Amino acid sequence: MTARKEKIVLPLIAVLLGFVLGSLIVTLTGRSPLSMFAAIIKGFSGIDIINRQPINTRYIGEFIIQAMPIILTGLSFAFASRTGLFSIGAEGQLMIGSISATTVALLVEAPKVVHLPLVLLAGILGGALWGTIPGVLKARYNVHEVVVTIMMNYIALHFNNFVILHIFGSVDRVKTAPFPETALLKSPFLQSITRQSRLNWGIIPVILAVVIFSFIINKTTFGYSLRAVGYNKEAARFAGMKVSRNIVASMAIAGAFAGLAGAVITVGTFNFGRVIQAAEGYGFDGIAVALVGGNEAMGILLAGLLFGGLKAAQPLMQSQGIPREIAGIIQASIVLFVAMKFGIKMVLDRFERKQVPTTEGDRV
Amino acid sequence: MSYIVEMLHITKDFPGIRANDDITLQIEERSIHALLGENGAGKSTLMSILFGLYQPDSGSIRIRGKEVKISNPNVATSLGIGMVHQHFKLVHNFTVTENIILGIEPRKGPVIDIRTAEQKVEEISKLYGLAVDPRAKIEEISVGMQQRVEILKMLYRDAEILIFDEPTAVLTPQEIHELMQIMRRLVAEGKTILLITHKLKEIKEVADVCTVLRRGKLVSTVPVADTDEEKMAEMMVGRQVSFHVDKGPARPANELLRIENLNVKNVKGVLGVKNLSLSVRAGEILGLCGIEGNGQTELVYAITGLTKVESGRIFLKDKDITHLSIKERIDLGLGHIPEDRQKYGLVLDFTLGENFIIHNYYEKPFAAHGILRKKAILENAQRLIREFDVRCGQGAMTPARAMSGGNQQKAILAREIDRSPEVFLVVQPTRGLDVGAIEYIHKRIIEERDKNKAILLVSLELDEIMDVSDRIAVIYNGEIVGIVDAAATNENELGLMMSGALRKTGDASSHRAHETVRV
Repeated sequence: MTARKEKIVLPLIAVLLGFVLGSLIVTLTGRSPLSMFAAIIKGFSGIDIINRQPINTRYIGEFIIQAMPIILTGLSFAFASRTGLFSIGAEGQLMIGSISATTVALLVEAPKVVHLPLVLLAGILGGALWGTIPGVLKARYNVHEVVVTIMMNYIALHFNNFVILHIFGSVDRVKTAPFPETALLKSPFLQSITRQSRLNWGIIPVILAVVIFSFIINKTTFGYSLRAVGYNKEAARFAGMKVSRNIVASMAIAGAFAGLAGAVITVGTFNFGRVIQAAEGYGFDGIAVALVGGNEAMGILLAGLLFGGLKAAQPLMQSQGIPREIAGIIQASIVLFVAMKFGIKMVLDRFERKQVPTTEGDRV
Repeated sequence: MSYIVEMLHITKDFPGIRANDDITLQIEERSIHALLGENGAGKSTLMSILFGLYQPDSGSIRIRGKEVKISNPNVATSLGIGMVHQHFKLVHNFTVTENIILGIEPRKGPVIDIRTAEQKVEEISKLYGLAVDPRAKIEEISVGMQQRVEILKMLYRDAEILIFDEPTAVLTPQEIHELMQIMRRLVAEGKTILLITHKLKEIKEVADVCTVLRRGKLVSTVPVADTDEEKMAEMMVGRQVSFHVDKGPARPANELLRIENLNVKNVKGVLGVKNLSLSVRAGEILGLCGIEGNGQTELVYAITGLTKVESGRIFLKDKDITHLSIKERIDLGLGHIPEDRQKYGLVLDFTLGENFIIHNYYEKPFAAHGILRKKAILENAQRLIREFDVRCGQGAMTPARAMSGGNQQKAILAREIDRSPEVFLVVQPTRGLDVGAIEYIHKRIIEERDKNKAILLVSLELDEIMDVSDRIAVIYNGEIVGIVDAAATNENELGLMMSGALRKTGDASSHRAHETVRV
C-alpha cells in the first residue's frame, strides 16, 4: 500500500471500527443499533428514515455549527504538530479569542463591513498572542509546551470570566449585554435555508482557514521550514534554519486558528460574551479531529464534520432511548483506532501479501 | 564433518523483494564464520531467521544435526543461540549485572539475588578475559565495554553460537583489536561465532571461513586462508574494486580555513577543544584523526557554528566567522557532511527532492515570493540523482527514509557538492557503508580537492584517513598533538599519537619536525 493510500484508508477503517464498537455497545444495552444509525443519519442530513418525513435542513445547519469550532481547533493542534510541538492550548487560546472578540464587539462602533472583520481579527490576534507565550518559553528557555499550554488554559478561563463579570459587568452573572448587529455573523439567508438553525457566515472564515492551512504548510517556503523543524529539528538546525523563530511562529499561528474559533462561537453561535464555567472541550475535540484527519487540512475538515455530526446526533439518540454517551464512546474509539493504525496496517499488509504472491523477477 | 548450524535452502520473501534466495549456510563448531555482503545483500534477514525473528518461506534449519523450528528468539536462546545487535539493547541507568540478568533474575525468596548474579558475571568475565566490572553502571562505561556486556549477556544464558552483527562499527581501532582477541578466546573455549560484517580486513584477521552473499543469493563459501581482500570484495560487489584510492599529488594553494587558539566547551561544560590551531589550504585534504571523544565533535560544531566558542578565532577565506550564525557561514561557502546522516544530515520524512533544497529552499529557482516551485525542485532532484547515481525507487518523490544508507549518504554528498562550498567539512563520510559506496564517496571527495576546495576530513577510520588525506592532524584530548604528511607516516605512528604517547610539533612539510616521546 502506498503512503498516500494509507493516509486515506486507515482513518476510514478506524471510523468503521468505531461505529462497529458503538453498535456492539448499543446492542449490549438492549437497544437496536439501527435506531442509533437512524439518529446519526438524522443528525447529519435531517433525513428521518424511521418516520419518513421530508428532509429537515435545520439539522444540517446545527451539525455544521457543531463542526465549525472543532475544525478550527483541529487546525490549531495540527499546525503546532507539524512543527513537532504538542499544543494542548487551543482551549485557552479559544477563550482569549472569545474575550477579545467580545471586547471589540462591545466597545467599537462601526458599520458592519468594518466592525465584523475587526471582531474576527481581534479573536485571531488574541489567540495568536496566547499561543506566542508558550512558543517563546519553549524556544528561549526550553519549557515544555504541554505544561505551559495546560496552565495557560486555566489562566484564560478565569481571565475571561474576570473581564466579563468585573469589567463589562453582567446583570445575570452569566452573560454580557447583547452585541450590536454590526458585530454579528448572523445570516438571515443561511437561517432561512436551514429552517431557522443557528447556521451563520462563520462558515466562510472556517473554509478560508482550511485553505490557508493547506497553502502555508504545503506550498510556502515558510511551511517547508516548519515541516523540516517538525520532522527533524537537528537537521533543520544543521541546515541553518532558525529553529527558535519557527517554533514561536508556529505556536502563534496555531493560536490564531483557535482564537478565530473563539470569535466565531461568540459572534456566530451567540450574540453576547459568556461566563464559562469550565473548559468546554473544544481543545480536546480539536486534538481528536487533528489525529483522525492526519494533520492534513482536508482530513481535518472531514474529521471535524464527522465529530460535529456525532455531537449533533447526541440529543437525537437520546430521544430514541439510546444513551447520548454512546456518541462520545464512538468518537473516542475512533481516535483509539486511529492511534492503533500500525496494528491495522499490519493486518492489512498480511491480508495483501496473501492475495498477491510476489513474483520471481520482482526484485529491487 | 559435523556442523553445529546448518541453514539449508533458505528462501525468504518480503513484498516486492526476495531477501534470501535458496541460501545454504553450514557452520563448523568452534570456528569463526564470517557472513559478508553489501547493505541489502540479505545478511541481516538470514541472521534474523536464525535468531527466530523471521520465519523462512522455505528451507530448513538444523542445530547440532537436529532439525529445529525457531519460532521466536526464546527458542533461539534455548538452543544456545545468542546475538549481539549492532545497536546495543541496554538500560543505561542499570548496572552491568542488572542488565545481564534482566528477564532471568535469580531470586532469593521474593528478592533478586544480585550478589550471586554478580559473582557469576565476574566469573564469566574472567574466563573470557572481558575485564568487565559487574557493578559499574552502563552510562559510566565506554562503548567498547558496553559491547562486552552484550557478549556477557549471551554467555550468561549459556549461548554456544554467538552472532555478532557489525560489531566493529562503533569501536575505536584499539577496541576492535581487543574484540578480535576476545573472539579468539571465545572460540578457544568452545564457542562458535557468526560474524556479520562488510569489513574485509577484519575477516582476514579473525575469521576461518567466509560466506559471501549478493542481492539475496549465495555467491560462495571460502576458507579465509585461501583468499584475499581483493577477491572477497569482488565476490561481494560483483566487479573489481580498487582499494587503492586513486589520486594525484595535492597542489595546495591559498589558505581557506584557519583556526587560531580555539577553545570550546563540551556538553559536560569542560574544555573539549583546547587552544587548537589548524589551517587547511585550497586543493588539499587535511585528515583529522583521533579516538572518538577527543574533541572532534566540538571542533566540527565550532567551525559550523552549532556551538559557541569560549575563545579563539575561526577564519573562512580570511573573514572572521567566529561569531557568525550557521546560515551566514553556509552562505559564505562552508559545506558540511555531518557525522550522523540520519540524525543531522537528512529529514527522513521529507522526499529526496525536498532534502536536496534544505539550504536554499527559499531562493530562486526553488521559490518565488515565498512560494515553493514544484517544477524547479523536481528538476533539481532529477539532475542530482542522475549526476551522483543516487538509487531511489520513486525518483525525486522517494522518502529519504526508504533509501539505503549508502544512497542517503550519496544524496547528502550530492547536495553539498552541488553547492560547491570552498571549505568542505566531511565527517565520517563512509561509516557503515559498503565497499562500492566507500569507493565512490572517496573519489568524489578527491575530485573536490582537485577543484581547489579545502577539505577537512574527520574520521575514526584510520584507513580512510591514511588513504584519502594529504596531511594528517592528530587530535588527542582536545589538542592537536601532531601534523604529519600522509605519505610519510604509518599506522603505528598515528596510533601512538592518537593515544597521546607521541607528540610531533612543527610543520609537516619541514623535515626538522620536533619529536617528543612521552614515557
